[in-house]
Amino acid sequence: MAFVRLMCGSMQRLLVVLALFALAAPVAAQEVTVLCNFEVDWCEGLKASYERTTGQKAVFIRRTDGESLAQIRAERSNPRADVYHAAESASAKQLASEGLLEAYKSPRITELHDWAQRIAEENKYFQTPIYTGVLGFGYNTELLAKKKMPEPKCWKDLANPAYKDEIQMANPGSSGTAFNMVSTILQLMGEDEGFKFLAAMNKNVNQYTRSGSAGIRAAGKGETTIGITFLHDSVAQTVQGYPVKTVAPCEGTGYEIISSAIIKGGPNPEGARKWMDFVLSPAGQNVAVTVNKFQIPSNKNAQTHPMAPKASEVKLINLDLDKYGSKEGRDHLLSRWENEVFKAPK
Amino acid sequence: MRRSNVGLWLAVGWIGFGLLPWNAIAGQGFFALGWLAGYPLDVRTGPGAVQLIHHGRLWLLPIGVALAVPALALNGRIGDKTAAALLVLCGCAGLVALVAIALAIDINGWTSPSFATYFGILPGRQPGLGYGASFVAAALLMLLCQGVALRGWARGDVFVAGAIGASIALVGLFTLYPIARLFVRAFLDRDGNVSLPALAARFASGRIWGYGGVVWNTLELGLMTAVSATLMALCFALIVTRTRLPGRRLANVLAVLPMITPPFVVGLALIMLFGRSGVLNAVLDFAFGIRPTRWIYGLPGVWLAQTLALTPVAYLVLVGVVQGISPVFEEAAQTLRASRLRIFTTITLPLMAPGLVNAFLIVFIESLADFGNPLILGGNLEVLSVSIYFAIVGVQQDPGRAAMLAIVLLSLSLALFVIQRRLLARRNFVTISGKGHGVPNLALPRTVTGLAVVFALPWAMLAVVVYAMIFTGGFVEKWGLNHALTVRHYVTAFGAEIANGSVQWTGGAWNSFFTTLTIAAVSAPLTAGFGLLVAYLLSRYRFTGKGAFEFVTMLSFAMPGTVVGIGYILAFNAPPIELAYTGIILVACFVFRDMTTSLRAGLASLSQIDSSLDEASATLRASSFATLRRVVLPLMRPAIIAALVYSFISAMTSISAVIFLTSPRFDMATVNIVGRAEVGEYGYASAYASVLIVLMLLAVLLIRAVVGHRRVLGGQSLVERSLAPATEVGVQHPASRQRSPASHGLLVRPRAPTEPA
Repeated sequence: MAFVRLMCGSMQRLLVVLALFALAAPVAAQEVTVLCNFEVDWCEGLKASYERTTGQKAVFIRRTDGESLAQIRAERSNPRADVYHAAESASAKQLASEGLLEAYKSPRITELHDWAQRIAEENKYFQTPIYTGVLGFGYNTELLAKKKMPEPKCWKDLANPAYKDEIQMANPGSSGTAFNMVSTILQLMGEDEGFKFLAAMNKNVNQYTRSGSAGIRAAGKGETTIGITFLHDSVAQTVQGYPVKTVAPCEGTGYEIISSAIIKGGPNPEGARKWMDFVLSPAGQNVAVTVNKFQIPSNKNAQTHPMAPKASEVKLINLDLDKYGSKEGRDHLLSRWENEVFKAPK
Repeated sequence: MRRSNVGLWLAVGWIGFGLLPWNAIAGQGFFALGWLAGYPLDVRTGPGAVQLIHHGRLWLLPIGVALAVPALALNGRIGDKTAAALLVLCGCAGLVALVAIALAIDINGWTSPSFATYFGILPGRQPGLGYGASFVAAALLMLLCQGVALRGWARGDVFVAGAIGASIALVGLFTLYPIARLFVRAFLDRDGNVSLPALAARFASGRIWGYGGVVWNTLELGLMTAVSATLMALCFALIVTRTRLPGRRLANVLAVLPMITPPFVVGLALIMLFGRSGVLNAVLDFAFGIRPTRWIYGLPGVWLAQTLALTPVAYLVLVGVVQGISPVFEEAAQTLRASRLRIFTTITLPLMAPGLVNAFLIVFIESLADFGNPLILGGNLEVLSVSIYFAIVGVQQDPGRAAMLAIVLLSLSLALFVIQRRLLARRNFVTISGKGHGVPNLALPRTVTGLAVVFALPWAMLAVVVYAMIFTGGFVEKWGLNHALTVRHYVTAFGAEIANGSVQWTGGAWNSFFTTLTIAAVSAPLTAGFGLLVAYLLSRYRFTGKGAFEFVTMLSFAMPGTVVGIGYILAFNAPPIELAYTGIILVACFVFRDMTTSLRAGLASLSQIDSSLDEASATLRASSFATLRRVVLPLMRPAIIAALVYSFISAMTSISAVIFLTSPRFDMATVNIVGRAEVGEYGYASAYASVLIVLMLLAVLLIRAVVGHRRVLGGQSLVERSLAPATEVGVQHPASRQRSPASHGLLVRPRAPTEPA
């Protein structure tokens, strides 16, 4: 009995402690709360620069794009964050169609590249692009030389049996990067031919990773030879000191559009608009250079990292982001990929 | 006076209804006290009674009535039966009214237009329930429990009835409710309409069932890990408690070590060791020309990582049980000339069954819910926890599929739970009774010692190597590329400088570090206390719905953290209960998730302790508090240590559960570490992990020092016994006499079978 009495005591303590924690419940509206899908060093740099430039406070929560999406949906009745920062264009489009975003046309919009202005306009300003990244792959030069494999230059090369069990890419069901790659291939080669190529390449894939950048990180550490990824992630490996060479495929390649968007009904809409203006400004986009990021910024006057892939060396296709971006398009692409590629005999 | 507490709880209820603000305070919160300005007449900060009378909020009337009527029960002239009926009726009615109000008003006002026409429109954003409502809820619940106790439930003991009621309410609120919120999704199609075909289609999906399907993989992995981890834990427990091998103290630490590591780090270290470009493959390639392979990615790698990570959990559950086995039966068998091996297999091992089975259950369930290791090392191996995560956050976001997979996962855990109960049912494992024996445990048979060492040694070496790698990783520029020594990472993570006479915490890790430490320090005692309380209730009392209650306590633990996280957002983000973005939600998540381990350790331990000890103490007129302090709790020390250690460490290292629950002010260390590792800052990640490991090690030592050892005769002198010549059997060993100060009374007075126990 006394045991129970003691435990009742500790439950009373539970209530007291819980009460103390409520003290910190933040509903203060003077700061802007950002769901930040960048890597953590970039988010930190951005926050610091925002606070220095605008004199306003910002706090961020680091999430992956899918996590942010799930969180915004789960919080729909009572949104806690103001900005959905670094959203994949397709994700932001979905949220906008569900009525969870707020349109905002920033005065900075005229400073952006034409492609960015076009996408913002197409999306009725529910999102505004902050950068674009080009799809491609990278390989570990040491492993390639050691195994005397030919240098891959084109998408087609990746189906070469010489690379058996040497390629990693992400699973398009879990990673937006891989989904983007599959759409690119289908658009380049046509849907049926595209899946045939992917099935042939499947023999060379040793693992479909969960995260989009895991493949190229594994290539850096020598766990695989080739990783399919965005060029900026591959360059990052080289800059970190790993023996990785970045390839922009010869046939031409697709890209991702990363946007920022305001969450409808967030606690600080005024701060959200300030944040948007800031991340679209050259000052906001130049943060990328200081933290070694190699994407192509949307503001014409923003700097691009000297190591970033050169536009002149990359052949971009006119990627139709909407074709496979809808719910039905996604289901269709993924079920074909699963049946014809993932389950295909090796 | 069995009704004396009615007054107390009525007072609590009226403080809640008449004094404290009924609703949650918006803005700076309750403790900023800004709400006092408009108090008590402002409708947003007013107490329930004022809202009822002054603002005419008639829907609060039933609450007021339910709190007023039980005052009659204070009158001594009313018989127990009438008082009980009164309390039960008012408690039930009040609680029902409270839940109905909570469900009827959400953030936008009345949930149904008919309420609005009847009661009038509620303008603006509605706040959630606040301290006033919480106090009232607690009071009503306790009044109800007092009522049922008066009717003879739970042996008529009001404390026990209250504790059971409170446990059920808390577990219901923080485990059942969030999970139910998510599970409903399984029955909705992707447009949000109720659809059984959608459920059927999800259920029948090809990749789930059959050989090589998700369920198959998950079960295979779970069984393999549970067997290997329980076996390893047994080896360690035997070495530590039953041998005199040199280094067994070290083994005691090593067995727990891998638990105190942020999960991500072990996977990374294993890749550095066994990966294709890892140390082992490099050596094999260099020495024997064996071509490096990627064997680590897939089932073998995940199995290795999980065995490494979960053996400590099994060890913590097991070691108390192994220690607690009384030598009396072994002595009897020895007298009958059984061989040591025979004694071990027919007596020692079967007596460990509660420990083995509970450890197996815990490891199996943790393996099912483990998310980090399959993610890093899984290769193309698909298991339930990962599938669920990507059903929530993947390219095709389908919470319905996630919910269905989670239901499958839970069914597996439920099946295992039922099997476990069948196995242990109607057997008696009591080995700690009042009878002193003074005989230390027998030494292990040589074969068993040998086997234990053969299993444990490589494992221990692996653990040491993994730890060495993590620690050196924090001191070199970049592991694998540049091995120049540096303290740069520690400065980046934990830098501090003194500016303007105050310390500036400039390092990037401080914020998450302090948060994590606070949350873990708050959660651990709550988790352990609550888990052990429930264990005590479950093992010593019978009440209706006990089996179901026991299973519900495991629900949250058996779910992958991400599922719990999403459930918590769905349940606690908006009124009536707003906890998102606070520390409470993290603490609640940890307490109700990790209490299962405390509960299992407590159950295993209590099943060995003869309940006649409690009764004997009471017969000798010891107050019940003295019984607790000097009999039950001291005997449960290993379980208390296990519970505290596990809860603290789990709160420090868990990642998947908090993915959706961290907020700008409540960032957690593991999330920070993973984020840094992602951008290639392995030095920073290793440095941070090293600091956490050292900190947790200190915490474990502190917990052990504070809680102390269980002193059961024989259990402590086992070491001396193994050296003692056979003729000393049955003779009290001098060492144990020294350890028998009178203050330990009954328990340690040796060789007194004739004394009243």
